[in-house]
Amino acid sequence: MSDPRTSGLIEGASGDWEIVIGLEIHAQVISQAKLFSGAATRFGAEPNSQVSLVDAAMPGMLPVINRECIRQAVRTGLALGAQINKYSVFDRKNYFYADLPQGYQISQYKQPIVGPGFVTIDLEDGTSKDIGIERLHLEQDAGKSMHDQHPDLTFVDLNRSGIALMEIVSKPDLSSPAEAGAYLKKIRTIVRYIGSCDGNMEQGSMRADVNVSVRRPGEGLGTRCEIKNVNSVRFVMQAIVYEASRQVDVLEAGGTIALETRLFDPQQGETRPMRSKEEAHDYRYFPDPDLLPLEFDDEFIAAARASLPELPDLKKARFEADFGLSPYNAEVLTAERQSADFYEELLEELAKLSGKPAKEVATRAANWVIGDLFGHLNKAAVAIADSPVSAARGAELLQLVDDGTLSGRMAKDVFEEMFASGRSASEIVAEKGLRQVSDSGELETIIDRVLADNPTQLEQYRAGKDKVLGFFVGQVMKATAGKANPKVVNELLAKKLKG
Amino acid sequence: MSDLRDLKIAEARDGLRRGEYTSRELTAAHIEAMAPARELNIFITETADQALVMAEAADKRLKAGPAPSLTGIPLAIKDLFCTKGVRTTAGSRMLDEFVPTYESTVSANLWADGAVMLGKTNMDEFAMGSSNENSYFGPVLNPWRAAGSKDNLVPGGSSGGSAAAVAAKVAMGALGSDTGGSIRQPAAFTGTVGLKPTYGRCSRWGMVAFASSLDQAGPITRDVRDAAIMLTSMASYDAQDSTSIERPVPDYEAALSGDIRGLKVGIPEEYRIDGMPPEIEALWLEGEAWLKDAGAEMVPISLPHTSYALPTYYIVAPAEASSNLARYDGVRYGFRKPGTGGSLSDMYEATRGEGFGAEVQRRILIGTYVLSAGYYDAYYLKAQKVRTCIAEDFRQAFESVDVILTPTAPSAAFALGAKSADPIAMYLNDVFTVPASLAGLPGISVPAGRSAEGLPLGLQIIGRAFDEESVIRSAGVLEAAAGFDARPENWWDSAK
Amino acid sequence: MSVDKETLVKVARLACLRLAAEKLEPLTDELNNILEWIETLNEVDTEAVAPMTSVVETDLRWRRDEVTDGDYAADVLANAPDVQYGFYAVPKVIE
Repeated sequence: MSDPRTSGLIEGASGDWEIVIGLEIHAQVISQAKLFSGAATRFGAEPNSQVSLVDAAMPGMLPVINRECIRQAVRTGLALGAQINKYSVFDRKNYFYADLPQGYQISQYKQPIVGPGFVTIDLEDGTSKDIGIERLHLEQDAGKSMHDQHPDLTFVDLNRSGIALMEIVSKPDLSSPAEAGAYLKKIRTIVRYIGSCDGNMEQGSMRADVNVSVRRPGEGLGTRCEIKNVNSVRFVMQAIVYEASRQVDVLEAGGTIALETRLFDPQQGETRPMRSKEEAHDYRYFPDPDLLPLEFDDEFIAAARASLPELPDLKKARFEADFGLSPYNAEVLTAERQSADFYEELLEELAKLSGKPAKEVATRAANWVIGDLFGHLNKAAVAIADSPVSAARGAELLQLVDDGTLSGRMAKDVFEEMFASGRSASEIVAEKGLRQVSDSGELETIIDRVLADNPTQLEQYRAGKDKVLGFFVGQVMKATAGKANPKVVNELLAKKLKG
Repeated sequence: MSDLRDLKIAEARDGLRRGEYTSRELTAAHIEAMAPARELNIFITETADQALVMAEAADKRLKAGPAPSLTGIPLAIKDLFCTKGVRTTAGSRMLDEFVPTYESTVSANLWADGAVMLGKTNMDEFAMGSSNENSYFGPVLNPWRAAGSKDNLVPGGSSGGSAAAVAAKVAMGALGSDTGGSIRQPAAFTGTVGLKPTYGRCSRWGMVAFASSLDQAGPITRDVRDAAIMLTSMASYDAQDSTSIERPVPDYEAALSGDIRGLKVGIPEEYRIDGMPPEIEALWLEGEAWLKDAGAEMVPISLPHTSYALPTYYIVAPAEASSNLARYDGVRYGFRKPGTGGSLSDMYEATRGEGFGAEVQRRILIGTYVLSAGYYDAYYLKAQKVRTCIAEDFRQAFESVDVILTPTAPSAAFALGAKSADPIAMYLNDVFTVPASLAGLPGISVPAGRSAEGLPLGLQIIGRAFDEESVIRSAGVLEAAAGFDARPENWWDSAK
Repeated sequence: MSVDKETLVKVARLACLRLAAEKLEPLTDELNNILEWIETLNEVDTEAVAPMTSVVETDLRWRRDEVTDGDYAADVLANAPDVQYGFYAVPKVIE
């Protein structure tokens, strides 16, 4: 049986079912002020402190749009290779909810700021797939309702109310939980690259509504359920697995799927219908009469385009082509812009120190960044931007290995120390007198002594026990306090034992 | 000191500067008149104490040197405009106890120019009405009565309190708002001048919204000059209102040159509606004659979509209102009624079911219906297309004329309750005012004559967008020619 | 198109208005009268007409991205019927 997480196939009692998934990602725009008011967007402020009269929908208050939010939406659209609409319209989406002060959300319905585009996701089997983007539009966030603070009351905080969101709507092109996860991660990578959203799912600045349906292979789309506000990649995948299986169970039992809004409960790992959304909604969209249509020219788009950094797909391709990196290494290094920048800086420095072309030292540098540095950063939960070891110092350490000063083993110890103290490799080497012994004369003397001191083992080796070689290497390393160059020791020992 | 109340704003401006009286005296005279006028139910909230403080400040300012025209002039403010620290109800139970922490841009402009606030005037709830009978605080009575009659009449609406305040001389001028005729029609019913500026001329910030694409603030005054003075102060570009227009505010009073020679005045044939009372028709013809005598040229024009204006309005305005009034949910401010079921939606339904009056609910229902799935295209979209046709009619007409002359309302003031049972009959009051609202054009109502029963009748002049000056100039000529100087008898003041 | 009582109830629920049962019948009639009246618009040929987006010819103004407002929770909460610990309080919502 295949794993439905990657195959997207569910084996039912009556045969296989395919999962069809579409994602609506809500990404909070990075801006100082809200979409239609001058209140701040900072996270974690006192309740209702970052609220203007406009955000609280006081009588007679009117919206005025924030230029930066428009610019960020256009930049994001360009990064998604999407059509930018120079004419778009803000509509009111009308519904009642305690944390929706106006009684409507200003959003974009028929004429969004960004039209169709696509992103490419890389799958675990090494293939890639294009996922269609239907549209991206700007809208206001709602406030926050807290249902667990009081036995009979819900508390409402409007600090989020009116913050700009980009809703990025995918086509139903995703066919497995793994694809959905890869897509969400890819969108997050892109918005973080270009700085239009911080992608922080824990703080809610990025969240996804997941549309899930199942169907028999080759058949038309089934009725979908929308799982609201899922706030991690893992939960998105779990929610899809649960929801698809639930739908298959319902259908195989002869039931039908109701078009409904559901909630994912991470504790139980299941989805359930949202009571507050039971009624079928009729949002009565119409153009907001407080706002005129949003229009801009090619110049505005060109300026937005000029402000974009190299995008992850292009960067990855360049790392593979120019540096000869494996697709895996290139993928990992380009997943975050800061990692890629760090790597490139380190590589440039290393090439300079070694006098070798970058391509020659690139893979070695990539392995060190991904293996040693990322490992330590993850363990210490430190972001690469705050790495205690700078790119230049990383390059210096690698160069000390390449020029034979440090053995690989010694380098690992030195790195530990660098990571803990923030000092440079050369400082540590100088202070501890660390210098690999590669001089064959010096080593030969030591090897001779070791062989003389261990006649039994020498006997065993000569009798055919090759493994004893390791014993001798260990003894030599011990005698040199680990400074002996292992490569030279091996060579010399082999020669001596043969002779 | 009742003679002080006979002054117009322009006269008082000069008298204050000559030191003939102080703003405090002027203000006190009006405050004194407010007590007996309670009979008319003009004010929802009186702010006498604040008025005197403002008057004293104005007197200091006048003494100190040159001051704006409105310095020291006592005004009444429609209770649709949010006033900082002063209860603002919009005529609704929903906002019965609402005290804004902010001041509307338009009223702030008046205060910056030294004007004095007497109080907040009664109005149809959320500005929805043509008779001021839809107020939670009870109807306003028209200071006018038919000759020899003691029957109460409506003052028109929705700015009925503001119009009555000016007609009864308890305020020298008043702030009103006009969505489909809410300044011009009550002005016509009370023998006052009511000016609705071009959409975007005055900021809507801080004015409780009824229909966003139509709402516009404007003055109600005793004559055209006073309206020009008030508009000059009220109008401004406001960066807080995306529909406010950034263009300089002229001195509108300077437009009153009295010279309209060569002015082309359009007479729209479609405004000769079936069943128009002969006295209205006669007044209209008289208006043409007055303007012709002053050297203007009458040009017959056609505004072919006129008859569709009211149905268009009664889709667009309720649709916008249904959404604008969604914020009144009992959560952040205003009336709250816990529902019987105890849930949030029970609270919403109970709050809104009891907080809004019948007409507001009717319009919310219509607006909700015409926006709902399956009906949007047939109603709302259709109406916005017809609205384009109506605006286009005016655009074409203004290629050949400078202003348009029409009656303001199809009748004089009517009795309380006369049209309450039939919403459409009530809506028809705005038949002549709604088209200009839909096109966003400036319009003014000038008292021009009296009905057979002695009640005031108004004529309307409509102008090009942002050409308030031509509107004011021709209204001034019309006013001078009509020589309307009748005032209602002071029947409400039993002490008199 | 005409409205029946059920439609009226549905519309009232969308608008969050509780209508008394005895009001349904007369309100349905009233709304139908009004709708019939506004349907005269169907006489107008609007095939080639664009819907009105704004009566004034102007561009949407853009604000600079600066924090210029907020930081007055007391004002925001001043008129609230029920405030608890700086939050607006409403009857408990079950999601």
